[in-house]
Amino acid sequence: MRTSIRGGDLISLADVSREAIVEVLDVAESFVEVNQRSIKKVPTLKGRVVASLFYEESTRTRLSFETAAKRLSADVLSLAVASSSVKKGESLRDTISTITALGIDAVVMRHMASGAPWQVSRVVPTVRVINAGDGQHQHPTQGLLDAFTIRQVLAERAGSRGSETGSEIFHGLRILIVGDIRHSRVARSDISAYQALGATVTVCAPPTLLPTDVASWGVDVATDFDDALAKADVVGLLRLQVERGSGAFVPSLREFTSLYGLTAERERLLPPHALVMHPGPMNRGVEVDSSVADGSHAVIERQVANGVPVRMAVLYLTVAGGEGDL
Amino acid sequence: MSTFIIRGGTVVHSTSSERADVLVRDGRIIEVGTNIEGASATEIDALGCVVGPAFVDLHAHLREPGNEAAETIESGARAGAVGGYGAVVAMPNTTPTIDSAAVVGYVYERARHAVIDVAVAGAITMGREGKNLAPMAEMAALGVRLFTDDGNGVQHGGVMRRALRYSSALGVRLAQHCEMDDLAGSGVMNDGPLAARLGLAGRSALAEEIMVMRDIELVRASGGRLHFLHLSTRRSVELVIAAKAEGLDVTCEVAPHHFTLSEDQCASFDPVFKVHPPLRSTADVQGLRAAVARGDIDAVATDHAPHTPESKDGTFDDAPPGMLGLETAAALTWEAVNGDPQMFFNVLSRGPARVAQLRAGELGVRRVAHGGEVAAGEDASLVIFDPTTSWTVDRRTLQSRALNTPFHDRVLTGYVRGTIVGEPVWLNGEFR
Repeated sequence: MRTSIRGGDLISLADVSREAIVEVLDVAESFVEVNQRSIKKVPTLKGRVVASLFYEESTRTRLSFETAAKRLSADVLSLAVASSSVKKGESLRDTISTITALGIDAVVMRHMASGAPWQVSRVVPTVRVINAGDGQHQHPTQGLLDAFTIRQVLAERAGSRGSETGSEIFHGLRILIVGDIRHSRVARSDISAYQALGATVTVCAPPTLLPTDVASWGVDVATDFDDALAKADVVGLLRLQVERGSGAFVPSLREFTSLYGLTAERERLLPPHALVMHPGPMNRGVEVDSSVADGSHAVIERQVANGVPVRMAVLYLTVAGGEGDL
Repeated sequence: MSTFIIRGGTVVHSTSSERADVLVRDGRIIEVGTNIEGASATEIDALGCVVGPAFVDLHAHLREPGNEAAETIESGARAGAVGGYGAVVAMPNTTPTIDSAAVVGYVYERARHAVIDVAVAGAITMGREGKNLAPMAEMAALGVRLFTDDGNGVQHGGVMRRALRYSSALGVRLAQHCEMDDLAGSGVMNDGPLAARLGLAGRSALAEEIMVMRDIELVRASGGRLHFLHLSTRRSVELVIAAKAEGLDVTCEVAPHHFTLSEDQCASFDPVFKVHPPLRSTADVQGLRAAVARGDIDAVATDHAPHTPESKDGTFDDAPPGMLGLETAAALTWEAVNGDPQMFFNVLSRGPARVAQLRAGELGVRRVAHGGEVAAGEDASLVIFDPTTSWTVDRRTLQSRALNTPFHDRVLTGYVRGTIVGEPVWLNGEFR
């Protein structure tokens, strides 16, 4: 277990300890303030080059990372995958070597293949690698910003700041993750983060959308969705990855929604204080009704907003090693 | 042809071992005994070594014709010699496929100058497409004794039944790569909790076991002889043992990587550990090891599968499956049989030579018979194996053109001092 991500890569949350996660959340909290200033920029990464390599389509994560890097005053090199030689069969290794030759300090990468960031990390050990989502493996910054959002909202309700509570708020917190867990890198990172912080995680999905032997992950498996909702402090919904063939794992979207969709009707089963989260992009009407996504339980917009400070924190800790003014 | 004496080693017979010298003249064993005199003979020191029939690999991808950048018959044969092999069976998943007498002839021609004997496996179906039978009789007439679509399993039960029935009259054996495509799917590593955690698509043990079950029933129904390639699960081996006990003519092999490495290696996402069938659970690894040690399997076979560095450079998903094996198999097998010399030569030489019918020396382009006894009158296919010397695997110094050994940087105990195919071809670290 790594006790801090300072000066290292961030590829997975599976090997990151509670204190390392709390450190990121605390640093992110100070960056929230930076983002509220009129001049939303600090000189921390001045003169450093951060390359964003998105081998897979993404708008929000990419924008969020690039914004974070720019607010830290880094130079941002953005590889437009579609127009690069990646499409012409150039290997991952060659692309990275080329990018490295330009003297970059960090790579933020998203790739359709699980483990791709490890390959890069092996080839260029001196360049910091930050995983922005690899296949069905991990999406660590999403896991961190989800944890950050939960802590932020619950601390606010208690009239304090997240950093004052450390990981206290997560002790005994009941988090329910619903839907396409099998194909979800978000679920894997969320579960790692929540468990490290001390929460109790329950998963609920059609058996075909549960990972093999998911119980070995230390999560509870709920078979009665309605019952699980009534006991949840936080409900994490997942995008049904229809574009990746997840549709074949259930008879129909309609049946999936009727059994596992967070409909307006089911929303009433939630405890009043429960939070509803979704990493986006949402299939409105499939895993969640629009009225629920926009309703009083939802903290989905907070998640989006917290993307930038959390990613600033990750870049600050990994690339600058946590050195320099905030 | 030369005369030489292998002096001072432990000669391993099928049921006993003895400290003895071996006198070889003109490719034939002349005498096995103590203190053999031979003033004009070259002396080969085998002190501390076991001397037995050279190994036979049932399963080597030599990549020629078609992918000479990864391996050639010449380089693959050198890798075999260093590994103690006197003969290897070249797999037919080349480009073009070895599915006609013409391609068999081409491989024989290329193999003529190889340092060890190269036998050929032909395809069961044209282009290994699993549809139309390849001309097995035409290839059998050239000495082909093993047929396989390896790389692919024959998916269609009707085609497999027909192939078994047709081949039953030819005195040959079919060999099946057992994986049902519909169950293996797009899996890249063993299906299970680890694959789920890593977010890699799983390749189920069921894909293998169900084809083993199906094919055992097909052999029962249609006759013919069948060899199960690279079995990777304990259950598969149990199924084959039970089928043998019923008297069905089935044989099987396991690969050193399957009884040495578990799926845990895949957690590094290093594509060098990607192979089909995949590395399995620790329980399977232990089960296979026990089966090898008990003598439940007919052969240890390498599934030597060279791939160019470029092709193994990418992601785990994209990399082609397969790993090198010829130069590391002996040491790993010695360890698996717990140093039992009879078992060692049973699984590495005598068993596979029986499966591939390499005991007779007249067919194809082979120089000598393989897998026989170390006794006067037998062909000199011999290996001198030193079970106590340790060495470090270095992918850059392997004979294979490719680098994809999963054992890079590992210290192995057991070193091949000499390989003799009529003549010494590899001796004390040098080619002759």
